[in-house]
Amino acid sequence: MPRINSSSELKKLREAILASRDQRKPCITLCSGSACQATGSGDVAAGIEAEIEKQGLGGKVEVRKTGCHGFCERGPIIVNHPEESCYFQITPEDVPEIVSQAGNGNKVVDRLLYTDPETDEKIRFESEIPFYKHQERLVFGSNGSIDPKSIDDYLAIGGYAALEKALFKMKSEDVLEEVKKSNLRGRGGGGFPTGRKWEESRKAPGDIKYVIVNADEGDPGAYMDRSLLEGNPHAVLEGLMIGAYAIGSKEGYVYVRQEYPLAVENLAIAIEQAEEYGFLGENILGSGFNFRVIVHKGAGAFVCGESSALMTALEGRTGEPRPKYIHTAVKGVWDNPSVLNNVETWANVPLIINKGADWFTRIGTEKSKGTKIFSLVGKITNTGLVEVPMGMTLRDIIYKIGGGIPGGKKFKAVQTGGPSGGCIPEKLLDLQVGFDELTKAGSMMGSGGMIVMDEDTCMVDVARYFIEFLTDESCGKCVPCREGLRQMLKILTNITKGKGTQGDIELLEELSEVAKEACLCALGTSAPNPFLSTVRYFRDEYEAHIKEKRCPALSCKELTAYHIDPAKCQACMICARKCPVDAIDGGKKTIHIIDQEKCTRCGTCFEVCPSRFNAVQKLSGGPVPAPIAEEERTIVRKSKKK
Amino acid sequence: MSEILVQIDGKEVKATQGMTVLEAARSAGIPIPTLCHHEKLEPFGGCRLCIVQVQVGNWKKHVVSCVYTVEENLIVTTRSEKIDKIRKMILELQLCHAPDSPELLKYAEEYGADKDRFEKEASFCIHCGLCVRYCAEVKQKHVVGFVDRGIRKEICFIPELAAKECWDCKECFPLCPTEALQAAYVLTKSLTAATEPRSNL
Repeated sequence: MPRINSSSELKKLREAILASRDQRKPCITLCSGSACQATGSGDVAAGIEAEIEKQGLGGKVEVRKTGCHGFCERGPIIVNHPEESCYFQITPEDVPEIVSQAGNGNKVVDRLLYTDPETDEKIRFESEIPFYKHQERLVFGSNGSIDPKSIDDYLAIGGYAALEKALFKMKSEDVLEEVKKSNLRGRGGGGFPTGRKWEESRKAPGDIKYVIVNADEGDPGAYMDRSLLEGNPHAVLEGLMIGAYAIGSKEGYVYVRQEYPLAVENLAIAIEQAEEYGFLGENILGSGFNFRVIVHKGAGAFVCGESSALMTALEGRTGEPRPKYIHTAVKGVWDNPSVLNNVETWANVPLIINKGADWFTRIGTEKSKGTKIFSLVGKITNTGLVEVPMGMTLRDIIYKIGGGIPGGKKFKAVQTGGPSGGCIPEKLLDLQVGFDELTKAGSMMGSGGMIVMDEDTCMVDVARYFIEFLTDESCGKCVPCREGLRQMLKILTNITKGKGTQGDIELLEELSEVAKEACLCALGTSAPNPFLSTVRYFRDEYEAHIKEKRCPALSCKELTAYHIDPAKCQACMICARKCPVDAIDGGKKTIHIIDQEKCTRCGTCFEVCPSRFNAVQKLSGGPVPAPIAEEERTIVRKSKKK
Repeated sequence: MSEILVQIDGKEVKATQGMTVLEAARSAGIPIPTLCHHEKLEPFGGCRLCIVQVQVGNWKKHVVSCVYTVEENLIVTTRSEKIDKIRKMILELQLCHAPDSPELLKYAEEYGADKDRFEKEASFCIHCGLCVRYCAEVKQKHVVGFVDRGIRKEICFIPELAAKECWDCKECFPLCPTEALQAAYVLTKSLTAATEPRSNL
């Protein structure tokens, strides 16, 4: 790779890369992000390469292994360029046909196209599939068209143009002004204005300043940052370089979870390639700007996503937060001014520099500009990563993009903002997503987790689950977090077990109030949110658990019993055979009965009872009907009587 | 050092730059309760008992006074219904671990904390970190440290270092706000471990 020493050399390099590529040549792009790898894209990739060889199509059909496309529910995903036909749920068995059709004038493989569940029609293009159609994939969109291991791919789509623009056409203060004007707010949780943070660091005294990427994504169910870093590491690096230039930093860190091996690998490759071309190092592009990036792998503590804990860990000490009465932007790593932004925030920066703050501020709401990537998971038809303009309603995200709730179930709540976010009920589904809007509803934007829950979800148990997660991840330094969460978890667990007592809700509220006010860091101050938001919108569920010992969602094991409706039981023996503890008594033509003493409430009988019988019932809050008398248990089949 | 004038509980207090609110208050004889604070050690901000309200301009917020440094025209309130409520809860959360700690009981009386509010849990350590930090910062030996995190966090003497350093020191014992015996017990475990063959550990 040649080192690029000027703006014009970069232009020439970009032209040369584009000239070397035949845009009309069929190119099979295969999603190779972590989610698709889990569903077998590795085998598909190997298959495609072997098949191209076998069919003698080498040089005629290209393959590109890209990052995450977002529609993870339907992975592995293939998009065939240049037409961009998309295929879903590809198995190695589909590969020969895909390859031969690609070689045969890039014909479409109809059977692998997406079928619209509403119209039953086949849809050929990504942009027409409902999941993608309603998105605005400004940050995440490039993921699907570049190989993250190839800097040339990134350059081919205009990569590093923003860096070049910043270094040669803008003064560092102009870059800062542009970011300030864009009203970009931090995508990692708090939504702090990025430009203001940068300005604070820029103005802070000191020659050594740091810029840091927070890639310690730890929220259960969230993988936006992972997918961005895996799929488009150069965009994040480019943003970081621009930020460094704006504040006067020569050194940057990427704090990434070591549990993200592919992100770590692709990032390391990206840094190496950027160094070779001279986008990193001394005298970048001949501009006189020096900057280097170091990757720091996190050892696996959720709290290290918190800025001061992350910085303490970066210094090589135990990852515990420290008081931030002086911002880390002024006094951060080794007491030097340090700008820490999340992966997605950095990835937005090149866009803003390229297209301008005016363009950026046209997207979104008054106070939340741009787009946001959400990880849409839980009881939702289309699981995946979605990027939408700020201001889209939760309803549109869940129904138009997410395809609603599967299995004909009713929507109950959506949990946003990660473990310390909150649950938003159905009556607020028309809420627009934005930093302040979500906070007002008792939840938060967080880093963009969005967990959809249906009617079978117990909200008390949800609160218990998240409080358990946070108790486990609390660093233990301050009392209201360590001890307060311990007590909250105990009380919540008791409630879900039917051991709740009068006054529990009030005590939980008191513990929450103390935690919110007195904890050392944001993990602690926001930790009560799962309880506070569920008690705010679903207080009746708490009361049912405590007063009636009833779980309205029929989900809490200790409060739920299984009963076979004698009028519906057809004595098919399926449940009796499957019961792991032999708690079901019955035989052919003998109505089955569950021995409540033996039953462990595992729910197997409920799941295996054929839906045409629907004989197994879940009960909560009342006594289980007594088993029918022995003499009434024999079934006399009408059809056989004749 | 430039002088800074702050107001604490309605009283004008002269402080110097870099001083914490806690130091300023104590210098003026205004008491603020603490559990993890020690004059010889860097502020820790762990127990949160020293929480106070500060007002800068029209902006009021709760901060811990052992870490928050004074600034011009700062108005500090060390007691209020809210502050007392927080302190009471913090004490109750600690008392379930160390119900007989004289220091905790002294504050419990002042703030009306009920030592039996939460179910007792036998770990007499309240994680104030005084022993850990004293050993590191004053003695510079780093013999005792924290292991694990959150509710599983506990103090631990590193056996090999303890065998070498602790016999003649034990200066951390009297610092313990709950029970010197707790530290003694943990140290004894480590010293026993240090003298036992590896395979028995």
